[in-house]
Amino acid sequence: MKGTGSLRNVSNKLIYGLFITLVIGLVSVFGGADLFAAYAAGTEAAADAASTGGYGPAPVTTAADYPSYAGVNGRLAIWIFAQLHLWFAAFVLAVPIFVFIIEVIGMRTRDKRYDDMAYEFIKVSITAYSLTAILGGLLLFSLILFYPDLFSYLSVIFGESMFYYALLFFGESAVLYLYYYGWHWLQGGLKKWIHLTLGLTLNAVGTTLMLLANAWLTFMMSPAGVDPAGVFSGDTWAAIHNFLWNPINIHRFVANIAYGGSIVGAYAAFKFLTARNDQEKAHYDWMGYNANFIAICALLPLPFAGYYLAAEIYAYSQQMGITLMGGIFAWLFIIQAVLIGTLFLSANYYLWCGMGRSDGAKRYTKYIKYIAIVLVGAFLVWFTPHTLVLTNSELKSLGGPHHSILGPLGIMPAKNTAVNIMITFTFLSFLFYRRSNKVATVSWEKTGNIIQVALFSAGIVNILFLGIYHGYFTNTVYKVAASIPQVMTTFTVIVGSLILDSFIYRGAKDVGPLHWGRIPDRAQYALFLLAVAFTWLMGLMGYIRSGIRQHWHVVDIMRDNSPDAYTPTLGYAANVVSIATIMFLAMVIFVFWIAQVSTKKSLPAGYWKE
Amino acid sequence: MRQFLKVVAFMVVTVGLFAGYSNLGIPQIQPAPPPTEEKIDLSAMTMDQFVALGERLFSGKGTCTLCHNALGRAPELGEIAISSQARLDDPRYAGSASDIEGYIRESLVDPSAFVVVGFGKAGSNDTESPMPSVNSGSIGMSDPETAAVIAYLQDNGGLEITVEIPTDLGEAEDEGEATNSGEPREPITDIQELVDNHACEACHTITDAAGDIGPDLSKIGATQDRDYIRQALLDPNAVIAEGYEEGFMPDDLGQQMYATELEIMVDFLSNLK
Repeated sequence: MKGTGSLRNVSNKLIYGLFITLVIGLVSVFGGADLFAAYAAGTEAAADAASTGGYGPAPVTTAADYPSYAGVNGRLAIWIFAQLHLWFAAFVLAVPIFVFIIEVIGMRTRDKRYDDMAYEFIKVSITAYSLTAILGGLLLFSLILFYPDLFSYLSVIFGESMFYYALLFFGESAVLYLYYYGWHWLQGGLKKWIHLTLGLTLNAVGTTLMLLANAWLTFMMSPAGVDPAGVFSGDTWAAIHNFLWNPINIHRFVANIAYGGSIVGAYAAFKFLTARNDQEKAHYDWMGYNANFIAICALLPLPFAGYYLAAEIYAYSQQMGITLMGGIFAWLFIIQAVLIGTLFLSANYYLWCGMGRSDGAKRYTKYIKYIAIVLVGAFLVWFTPHTLVLTNSELKSLGGPHHSILGPLGIMPAKNTAVNIMITFTFLSFLFYRRSNKVATVSWEKTGNIIQVALFSAGIVNILFLGIYHGYFTNTVYKVAASIPQVMTTFTVIVGSLILDSFIYRGAKDVGPLHWGRIPDRAQYALFLLAVAFTWLMGLMGYIRSGIRQHWHVVDIMRDNSPDAYTPTLGYAANVVSIATIMFLAMVIFVFWIAQVSTKKSLPAGYWKE
Repeated sequence: MRQFLKVVAFMVVTVGLFAGYSNLGIPQIQPAPPPTEEKIDLSAMTMDQFVALGERLFSGKGTCTLCHNALGRAPELGEIAISSQARLDDPRYAGSASDIEGYIRESLVDPSAFVVVGFGKAGSNDTESPMPSVNSGSIGMSDPETAAVIAYLQDNGGLEITVEIPTDLGEAEDEGEATNSGEPREPITDIQELVDNHACEACHTITDAAGDIGPDLSKIGATQDRDYIRQALLDPNAVIAEGYEEGFMPDDLGQQMYATELEIMVDFLSNLK
């Protein structure tokens, strides 16, 4: 491990990597759509056949149609298996994306550290593939056993795509094994290119698998390709390309990367804490930094992807949208605020602690407390509920269910303002980190800094103005109008600032060597917190995504008449998510441990014949 | 190993804190159970009862108040007497209704037939309504239920009720009280949820809503004691307030509520002064 890696180089390479990630994502999402469109053409004939009445309506079930086995609660079993499968799937889909990017960086820079790190990332995820498949199998069996009519109905519509899904899974496994076991064999020259091609293929197949699975679940939320009675038109593409398919695809793609980054970050943190020497410490500190960087890069656009998804849910069904944001689930977003606040604060805290690696960081540490104050303030705004549970006397003394000044903090303009401010200041933390080991040499550094301060100030003022104006001075219909300009403002600040900063620090001098490994142990706990909060948050949001269907298996098409066709309380859902999270973490620890075991050797004296 | 145990403990405590906050720091709202089948005897129903049924459907099963409320997500329906005729006369109107009752029915079952300016789906230039048809999909009102909502809207808007009570259908869906799980539900502790679940405000004025089928309860605690209120809930026909008719208030609340819920309701009402 070299202790003198250039921070700027690392950052620039990873920014370049992020760009590649986005390109891959877009190609996968929309290129995948083209593939499906081609496939859809072949199903037109089937659509014609359907018009002759080849398909029946959605099943109408009664409570007797939901078998029970060995006293197991079917919904609970499916819920937990689905959630565990999703966590592992998110992890194993995300890791190859940034492994591929890191491998490309290693090849371009001829810096073996990147290649080694990429290999270590894929190594720790390899056992997770088997667990993903096993949990997927358990989910499938649970669906067949507990919700046979639903599975039967979905099979009629998605039978073909399920078949291709299974084939793709074989393909995924084959490519993965070649990619992983061929890592050291396919090194150098053309072999490296072959290996990279395998990595790209692995990602393309993995993303296609995700798109297919997303189609099934989004069909249940926004069914398409069926008539009001649920009779399938025969057009599989219409069912796949339903209204919420792409919003979920984008949201999951971005979230998976952030999630994968956080999980490998936890791995690096644990390895750091148990490192036997400074060299190991430095290596895992560097690995943890990169994992956290990946998580933050995906975390920053994630609220926007989530907002887009929510807006599309609202556009698809105003009822569903209001149930999501203003109905019984409204309080869930207060829990979400706690989780998101945890994510942002822990990611920032890790960055601040990481500034200790540089001797030049003292110039910026004085600003950290202000960033912390702003982040906590934004968190509190996000945390403010809209409707309070009050006694009658409290209602009277408050003059209504909403406080005249603090009440608007509970609605979307304030929430959007809070999240944009959080993102902007997290980026500022990163900017300070990026600058901490650099001394600019350009003659116009002062002017550049003034422009940069002006850019941040104008952006923050604009975000606040938009939030206050739409929060306090417009009626309900226009309250969400602030969101797009606020996002664009944040985006402008980030991109503008990055460009400006790269010019200011072009040809800059290093303050000194970066001291990888010079970071307090408590910073590693920020990485653990990031991983746990991410896992728990995904579970919670899975509950709401599924819960807004209420008592429908397939919204408006196939009603859920099982004994469990009611929405559980938030507390119950939180308990299920917590138990599932602990199960998942236990399995992840096993995955990491098994990755260690493969490298250990013991030589029992006298056991083998000499 | 020590380090490993520390990390595991940290993770478990973190998960515990999230779960604890979700259970103890957040109000536990019991979502309404899915609608269940309930037979309604329309043949014995008076028009006032029919209107009351319409109001209950309007704020319950129909989920109309999600959008048709003071927040302005959808057009205000209180002025339907004026607005309906104006919309029928609007040059943009391309529906098939010829009178106000027909217009209201059309608005319920085919909301995109005429979209009020500013309330269309984004990008549709007010040609497509975000409102779902009430007699399909997740709302799924029957024809008698739709007629009841029309009767309520006409009554609420100060119009003459022209819709007739159907006599040919005796079965309709309504918001059920219990799930079909066969298991006892959790007691409700939130007063607003209790009031909503029993649709008290369909007939009574309690805080904001202004139902006038039953007595105004907004200051009931100033004139009546807890025993009176408890009796009125358990046996509503025992004492009928002056100017109101017997038989409107459900007399099975004692069977529908847990004792704790009853006492929460009594506490709440007796504090309305």
